[in-house]
Amino acid sequence: MTSFWSIWVIVLTVACLALIFGLLLWNLKNYTGVEEGESCGHEFDGIEELNNPLPKWWTIMFFACFVWSVFYLAAYPGLGNWAGLFKWTSSNQGVTSMAESKQAVIEAHENGERVQLDQEYRAADERFGPIFKQYASQDIETLVKDEKALEIGQRLFAQNCAQCHGSDGRGGLGFPNLTDNDWLYGGTPDKIKETLLNGRVAAMPGWKDALGEQGIKEMTAYVLSLSGRTVNQKDADAGKAKFAMCAACHGMDGKGSVAHNLPFGAPNLTDNIWLYGGSQRAVEETLNHGRQGVMPAWKDILGEDKVHLLTAYVYSLSNAQ
Amino acid sequence: MSQTVASQTEYNYKVVRQFAIMTVIWGIVGMGVGVLIAAQLAWPWLNFDTPWLTYSRLRPLHTNAVIFAFGTSALFATSYYVVQRTCQTRLFSDKLAAFTFWGWQAIIVSAAITLPLGITTSKEYAELEWPIDIAIAVVWVSYAVVFFGTLIKRKVSHIYVANWFYAGFIITVAILHIVNSMAVPVSLTKSYSIYAGAVDAMVQWWYGHNAVGFLLTAGFLGMMYYFVPKQAGRPVYSYRLSVVHFWALVSLYIWAGPHHLHYTALPDWTQSLGMVMSVILFVPSWGGMINGIMTLSGAWHKLRTDPVLRFLVVSLSFYGMSTFEGPMMAIKSVNALSHYTDWTVGHVHSGALGWVAMISIGAIYHLIPALFGHAGMYSVRLVNTHFWLHTVGVVLYIVAMWISGVMQGLMWRAVNADGTLMYSFVQSLEASKPFYIMRFLGGVFIVAGMLVMAYNTYRTVTAKSGSLADSAKAQLA
Repeated sequence: MTSFWSIWVIVLTVACLALIFGLLLWNLKNYTGVEEGESCGHEFDGIEELNNPLPKWWTIMFFACFVWSVFYLAAYPGLGNWAGLFKWTSSNQGVTSMAESKQAVIEAHENGERVQLDQEYRAADERFGPIFKQYASQDIETLVKDEKALEIGQRLFAQNCAQCHGSDGRGGLGFPNLTDNDWLYGGTPDKIKETLLNGRVAAMPGWKDALGEQGIKEMTAYVLSLSGRTVNQKDADAGKAKFAMCAACHGMDGKGSVAHNLPFGAPNLTDNIWLYGGSQRAVEETLNHGRQGVMPAWKDILGEDKVHLLTAYVYSLSNAQ
Repeated sequence: MSQTVASQTEYNYKVVRQFAIMTVIWGIVGMGVGVLIAAQLAWPWLNFDTPWLTYSRLRPLHTNAVIFAFGTSALFATSYYVVQRTCQTRLFSDKLAAFTFWGWQAIIVSAAITLPLGITTSKEYAELEWPIDIAIAVVWVSYAVVFFGTLIKRKVSHIYVANWFYAGFIITVAILHIVNSMAVPVSLTKSYSIYAGAVDAMVQWWYGHNAVGFLLTAGFLGMMYYFVPKQAGRPVYSYRLSVVHFWALVSLYIWAGPHHLHYTALPDWTQSLGMVMSVILFVPSWGGMINGIMTLSGAWHKLRTDPVLRFLVVSLSFYGMSTFEGPMMAIKSVNALSHYTDWTVGHVHSGALGWVAMISIGAIYHLIPALFGHAGMYSVRLVNTHFWLHTVGVVLYIVAMWISGVMQGLMWRAVNADGTLMYSFVQSLEASKPFYIMRFLGGVFIVAGMLVMAYNTYRTVTAKSGSLADSAKAQLA
């Protein structure tokens, strides 16, 4: 903040507290001209006011609060740009990107600043880091057999993944089921870890303009027929004729990118597992307007060691031992 | 009491009667919606998959109804009554006073329609969209003109302390509402705040906390300063205490908003400053409680026979309790445990149901007979029944939320030996469910009490003028 605003804050704060303090001192004296305990002499609709002194214990509490506030505002940031005697901050305020944040953490540590969030992170890393490091050196197939490792993985999953994938990992509309061994980007330990570390961005385009209403109806019929549903055969045949436009991602047989070793995350359309719903209306919606799927990258949030344990847990969901 | 009847020609009681009756009706509506959403938290299927019955749309309806329909109608009624009687003069303008009544009711009805439709600014306690916001500003400024106009033409030299609090509340709420509601409209039903990011959050909670501080505290302290001494028939304990705690309260409250934003993107200095002011605020808040409770010295025996006085005094105890709790929760390290948990919900309701509702109910029980030419309510026993229903309801509610809140806070921070969290969110929710049912039961007690009040009020209002005796002998000492 500029020094103008800093001075503004300091003057207002000090003035406010000083005026209240003065008010308190003034009212400790009997300035009313009436004896203490007597009526002040005004009367409102039958209500009178007595001139009793301020209760002593209450006055002492007031003084104590003032004294405490002076110490607190000296010790911690509060008075404008005054950093406080402890040089304490809650976090590196003012950073606007991950890169700046990382830089700020390093600088604050080197300068010995008391940044609470950094200190807490550092303390947690020192204390718990070795536990995760120890697991990180073992391969996934080994960890899947290690009950303790899976237990930790399950807790990490409950805190970081369950929000979208559900606490049982069975997903929801738009969020893949992780227990059915049906994979959008591959289900090998390496592929799962890659997904967790770097995240995934999937984009199904909308075909409303290209296909038109009739075209969407036909394509929907064909897509539904791929998983064995009973459809209007005439529509399905018309849809099939145009399926080449879908094949770039889903493959000509509709079995999806994994089956064809493609990196797009396009679902298998033949297995009756539906990420965005398998009703005729849901499929039409998907074809009309497209779908956007985002899995965040966890590398910078959890670190590689924890992601390794999570990989083992997610892998175990489809590969029960 | 004959005095009151005679003075009806002199004072404008029509608008006071209207607001007093609507206080009871809106109380039932607002608290009834509260009970419904409390039930939805325990049994989610109660929204019947209907969009306008969902928790997200009914929750703002509940808060708006209890704060702005029930609470504010009580403030309108009592402030119009108190300012006339303590200034010994009729309201500044009958027409403008009538406009504030009909205008305010129209605003409440439009809120009750737009909020379930999902029309919202999404700013807490300020959800109403811009056309309604403009209407609120117009009605509120009219209210200020009526109130201050009456103060100016008063026939007594001093301004009574109750009117200081009403005046402070009216001015500050106008400023808070106008500043926080500044928005750019994009259509009749949608607007965007002119503030962005952390500034928007700060303005919102500067508004939000002072809606509590001025509307729900200062306004009701005004109510307290008239109805407690009047009902007890005792003088106010200390004039000098009222001077100190009034000025300290109004000047400290306005700083306290940032304690709603601890550990967020709000700058550290703002958080600390908000915390310091919130903690000191504890002392002037208790000043009000002390002045109210000490006013009863020499009249404690009246509590045995007068349930109206009981409402007023117990409201002050809840006021003292929640104004101690509030500053504690504003301390950052306590807030780290309490924030985002049900503890906050419990704290708000100990203020709202314990303090605001009880002082209003007590004041309305005092007002209704006076306004309709009776010496007392139709049934004092029913007032007593209401008192116990309400008290049991509030205690059930607060205790449930305390336990649930502290438990949630502890569960969210519990860690395993490997540093992972011990519980997932859904586990804390599961653990809270019994307390959600307990809270619901508390709400049922409270609404039941309000229904008793409505019946009692109906019988009092429709009884032949002067036919009801003062069966609580303590009522007019």
